[in-house]
Amino acid sequence: MAETTKEIKKEEAKTPERAERTRSRRLYRPDVDIIEKDAEIVLIADMPGVDEKSVDITLEKNVLTIHGCVEPEVPEKLKLAESEYGVGDYERAFTLSDEIDREKIQATVKNGVLRLILPKAEAAMARKIEVKAEA
Amino acid sequence: MLWSDLELFDPWREIERMEKILSRLTARSRVEFPAVNLWLSGDEAVVTTELPGIEPGNIDISVIGKSLTLRGSRRTEEAKEGESYHRRERWHGKFSKKIELPFNVDADKVNAKYSKGVLKLHLPRAEAEKPRKISIAAE
Repeated sequence: MAETTKEIKKEEAKTPERAERTRSRRLYRPDVDIIEKDAEIVLIADMPGVDEKSVDITLEKNVLTIHGCVEPEVPEKLKLAESEYGVGDYERAFTLSDEIDREKIQATVKNGVLRLILPKAEAAMARKIEVKAEA
Repeated sequence: MLWSDLELFDPWREIERMEKILSRLTARSRVEFPAVNLWLSGDEAVVTTELPGIEPGNIDISVIGKSLTLRGSRRTEEAKEGESYHRRERWHGKFSKKIELPFNVDADKVNAKYSKGVLKLHLPRAEAEKPRKISIAAE
């Protein structure tokens, strides 16, 4: 394999204590990248098997939860001979700081990747203060 | 170990035995990227693998005889100047994986589908190899 070694083991998610699951499927914790930009925070999550209809994003108080439902596709009349990965739902929760403008959060899903744009609230944006030279 | 076995005790054989057990235990986590699931029937193999965020054109699939090779790469978004990562967990870079199938594949009839970040391949067994039912003619 080339340049990078990749940790490929899918990590199972822990069920939050307060919530009980009604589905018996396995639950995985998606890998994410979180990038902070000037005006927004971008959260990207790998959720193969999920599309825009099967992803749920909830924001309760300060906790942003992403949840994706995956319907396992089992080929008919074939026998599973080797299984290197498991298929199941995804879930992960993040605590947001107050500086996010909740009304303007955007979410898109493409090729099994969820992209969330969390715009910073105006008040929290860093302002550049110009220093003028004395005359 | 029983005392009566002591005479037959061979430390090298013991080490080998231990290694076998250990490799079996750790085999799961040593799977080469990308992880695949393989389904089989008498005349077809189905391979699925999770490759989110790749343009389908950037996945290279080749079949020679019994072996299937998957190659590709993914770039994740790079933080520009003034931007910073809070988390960077998603995989990036090149991958190449070879999968050995139990039979020769009819390379012309391989069907590949990429949807929602999951690649699914249908690999039909080569016609010449398919088991044939031989009927007995009555006299």
